[in-house]
Amino acid sequence: MTDFAPISDNIIRPIPGNIADPTPFLQFRATKTLHTTWGPQRLDVSFELPRGSVLAIYGPSGAGKTTLLRILSGLTPAASGYIEVNGEVWLDTARRINLPTRRRSIGFVFQDFALFPHFTVRQQLEYALDKSTDRSVIPELLALMELEALQHLRPALLSGGQQQRVALARAIARRPRLLLLDEPLSALDDDMRHKLQEYLLKIHRQYGLTTLLVSHHLPEVLRLSDKVMVLEKGTVTREGAPLGLFFAPFSPLL
Amino acid sequence: MIDWQPLWLSLRLAAITTTILLLLAIPLGYWLAYSRQRWTIAAEAIISLPMVLPPTVLGFYLLLAFSPSQGFGRWLDHHFNIRLAFTFPGLVIASLIYSLPFTVNPIVAGFRTLPADWRNASRTLGKSDWNTLVRILLPNIRASLITGAVLSFAHTIGEFGVVMMIGGSIPGQTRVASIALYDEVQSMNNRTANRYALVLLAFSFIILLLVYGINQQAAKSKTML
Repeated sequence: MTDFAPISDNIIRPIPGNIADPTPFLQFRATKTLHTTWGPQRLDVSFELPRGSVLAIYGPSGAGKTTLLRILSGLTPAASGYIEVNGEVWLDTARRINLPTRRRSIGFVFQDFALFPHFTVRQQLEYALDKSTDRSVIPELLALMELEALQHLRPALLSGGQQQRVALARAIARRPRLLLLDEPLSALDDDMRHKLQEYLLKIHRQYGLTTLLVSHHLPEVLRLSDKVMVLEKGTVTREGAPLGLFFAPFSPLL
Repeated sequence: MIDWQPLWLSLRLAAITTTILLLLAIPLGYWLAYSRQRWTIAAEAIISLPMVLPPTVLGFYLLLAFSPSQGFGRWLDHHFNIRLAFTFPGLVIASLIYSLPFTVNPIVAGFRTLPADWRNASRTLGKSDWNTLVRILLPNIRASLITGAVLSFAHTIGEFGVVMMIGGSIPGQTRVASIALYDEVQSMNNRTANRYALVLLAFSFIILLLVYGINQQAAKSKTML
């Protein structure tokens, strides 16, 4: 292991956890000025993540959670930053490297799902595939997400929970390395939420994903994540395993 | 009976203009809708100028530009042996400028009503901007495309002032329906003039019915989403 990651300075605080591989799967460091309703605010976040983990980014709205996901996916530019995933550099502002979104191996589930209204469920998944990709993933995903009966319907005819499943299936159809979820369950009622959390976990395990989940819903964070990062006013205020973080005797989060 | 040639000429001018405008207005509208550069505002204002200018002003400047005795017109004449003043190709160019806002503005508005996350989602699915435009954006602004095309077609048919200035009234070349109507009135042939007028009136009415019909249809399919 000679080519250790270029980040060795102490800005990076590794999240305590089961780090078997010494080079982290994901390295992230970024700064940006956010324009919030309370005026400009600086986002300054860095973290590392081992392969296969589920990181929950928790915090009040306006803390920069969504911006963080967007910087990671290349949809929003960072003022400065460095992103490396599985040894591949996606962003290095110092070296003027910035991989465009379409070449980053991500699956993104948007808060409002962003399904295309003119495509059927099946077409949404087909659109996600490259011409060279194996089509067999489509029936597999339709079965896994229990969407087979709905595959020829357009999104307008689906319920919120069904749309959410389609968005999730579409996001992982390309077999991305990273799955990014932006408050994906916030539009759903508790019953539906619970069921979809199961789908999420199923998919995460089956496809060996590394997942980042933005949420301000505590039960969801506890159920899904193995690590939590609390983001407040643009900076990480606490991080660690969910139980330790939220149920420590004097946790200020409670 | 009326001479059908001016009507036929009007239709031909409108069809050619609309076809070129659609090809032009899609990339232009895309740029105006999504570019974050400041001077897109200036570009939008310039494109919309023909909507508020007296057509004679536009016609006057085009006449100056096309004049084979100076500047651009002379350059065209010398190097390519092309004359635009009082010719059909000149009318096409004038119509393109004159009707441009009627095609571009609905398309820009169409792009702007689409949720920004559709483009983002398409990018995260590994698609290029071109792919996104053709497969996601354009199918969802179909109503705007049709409205833009129909309006520019109708507007070109209704053109008068600009044609008067740069086209004159050469039969088969630049004597379009609106000009023919004017000529008939000038020579006191009110009966023929009335026929031209009726055809143009009926045509314009049908076009507008079509546009409003399309918009209503689009509104309906939106509420379904």
